[in-house]
Amino acid sequence: MTAAAEKQIDNGVNVTALLGAREALTAAPEAAKFNWRATCKWVNGTHSRTSVKGFFGLGQEQSHKTEFSFDVDHPEIFASEDRGATPVELVLTGLAGCLTAGVAAIAQLRNIQLKSVKATLAGAMDIQGILGIDSDVRNGFEGISVKFDIDADASREEIEALVAQSQKRSAVFDIVTNPTNVSVSVN
Amino acid sequence: MAETVAYIARYAEVIAAPLWARTTVTSVRHSGDGYAVVTNQGEWRCRAVVIASGACNVANVPALAAAVPASVTAVTPLEYRNPDQLADGGVLVVGAAATGVQLADEIHRSGRPVTLAVGEHVRVPRRYRGRDIQWWMDASGVLDVRFDEADDLARARNLPSLQLAGYPDRRAVDLSALSSRGVRLVGRLAGIRDGRAQFSGSLRNHAALADLKMNRLLAAIDEWAARAGLDGAVSPPERFAPTAIATSPPLTLDLASGEIRTVVWATGFRPDYSWLDVPVLDRKGRIRHAGGVVESPGMYLMGAQFMRRRKSALIDGAGDDARELAAHLAAYLAGRHAEARARRDAPSGPGLRPAAATL
Ligand SMILES: Cc1cc2nc3c(=O)[nH]c(=O)nc-3n(C[C@H](O)[C@H](O)[C@H](O)COP(=O)(O)OP(=O)(O)OC[C@H]3O[C@@H](n4cnc5c(N)ncnc54)[C@H](O)[C@@H]3O)c2cc1C
Repeated sequence: MTAAAEKQIDNGVNVTALLGAREALTAAPEAAKFNWRATCKWVNGTHSRTSVKGFFGLGQEQSHKTEFSFDVDHPEIFASEDRGATPVELVLTGLAGCLTAGVAAIAQLRNIQLKSVKATLAGAMDIQGILGIDSDVRNGFEGISVKFDIDADASREEIEALVAQSQKRSAVFDIVTNPTNVSVSVN
Repeated sequence: MAETVAYIARYAEVIAAPLWARTTVTSVRHSGDGYAVVTNQGEWRCRAVVIASGACNVANVPALAAAVPASVTAVTPLEYRNPDQLADGGVLVVGAAATGVQLADEIHRSGRPVTLAVGEHVRVPRRYRGRDIQWWMDASGVLDVRFDEADDLARARNLPSLQLAGYPDRRAVDLSALSSRGVRLVGRLAGIRDGRAQFSGSLRNHAALADLKMNRLLAAIDEWAARAGLDGAVSPPERFAPTAIATSPPLTLDLASGEIRTVVWATGFRPDYSWLDVPVLDRKGRIRHAGGVVESPGMYLMGAQFMRRRKSALIDGAGDDARELAAHLAAYLAGRHAEARARRDAPSGPGLRPAAATL
């Protein structure tokens, strides 16, 4: 390897552990099967609170260190009380968090020191869809744009490659770009 | 084509090995210290086997093909001969590796409107700095990168083929070229629901990844050209416009509306090892081997993607691989021979056969 490998790069990502996991899971693909969960309770009006704690992975039950909870609501112009982010903003949050984590991990893997990473996301939506005004208008985003501002010890090409690779490896990017079967039932 | 046929036919003459035509191997299994090979011309015994049965025997068709409406005819590249075979009307070509882009181009030229579903792909220019790209990859050593030098061998072995065609006019068949000719580009076919095809919204990123990868290859070629003292002798470095993708490529397409009459599954090929009764396949049905030396002693592989070097699955790659594996095989047989002599084994059974059967 070259000087790049000798440089001490620290993006706070434990790449050795990640690569170890990749190797271990290649040998034992069953352990790679995860199940992510969330529980949502209606509070009042359009306000609800979703919490996450337990999940399944590596062949057994796992848990976050603490329970995380997210308030979801709508802004006042929707005649709501605005006690939390809208669900669609949380989708953008998920996408941003996933791509940004990917950028950090891949940068570490490629020996690129990051100084700052900022992602600005926007989702265009015509709400005639959700209001049922025009059935030709879809409910969801017409499109999502993600703009990264990245300061790093790397060329523009290397940074573009980081961002491209993070999309390729991203769960949420896949979830929003590809159809997923969703089954909703009542207990 | 005639040249290539003559070139390969000459091999048969030069090698002058016993050649069994119209002989299909139906089973290979362990037997004693070698293998039993069952064919439609009888059973053979041998101590070593070279599996050279090809990497592209079966067309890969994704499971979601089952959801294509009955009104649409599905064709694989192994069945396809020319556009006249297809109904008049729209054609959805799924897959944009060499096969998919060539078929999209050819079918589009027949007047049938083509939609091309594009996933991960590899873009390279047909010509670069006045030479053919294959010349550059060969001369600069890109094609000679060995399996034990590759950064990520698993990935290298799964890489789609280059978006190239060998037309006399050397025309490009990359995505920008195809879309400028009128082929409609959509993302990877991700699902079919109620007769509607759903395409991934990842087309832009797949194109960006391919552009970046192409530029890294061209940069490596430029570096090599400078080191080799070719600057000045060839035209200066070039860079190509990023792949042109429409602002909002369609995400769905109604396959039942009659607009699309044919789907072409240009989604790759895989080898057929259904006759191989030796447990050397991994959970994905690929042969476990180290540079063509299969796990099972005395068994060898040829012609697999990036088997010993990047060019292993190209016609020109067979020579170097064969030399190295033949040496390994000969040493194996010699070792076996010495062992056998020491054990005063009886000579091999009736019906003298070549020591190594080649499929
Ligand atoms: C669409 C396409 C385009 C290509 N373009 C190029 C190119 O431009 N340049 C290039 O260098 N390479 C190209 N290649 C690759 C090239 O075709 C291969 O490198 C070459 O054919 C490999 O030769 P092979 O002898 O290993 O396998 P194959 O040519 O596949 O031959 C395998 C043989 O084994 C036989 N066989 C299989 N199973 C059995 C059995 N059970 N019993 C008996 N016989 C059996 C088959 O019938 C076949 O005759 C291309 C490949 C494809 C698919």
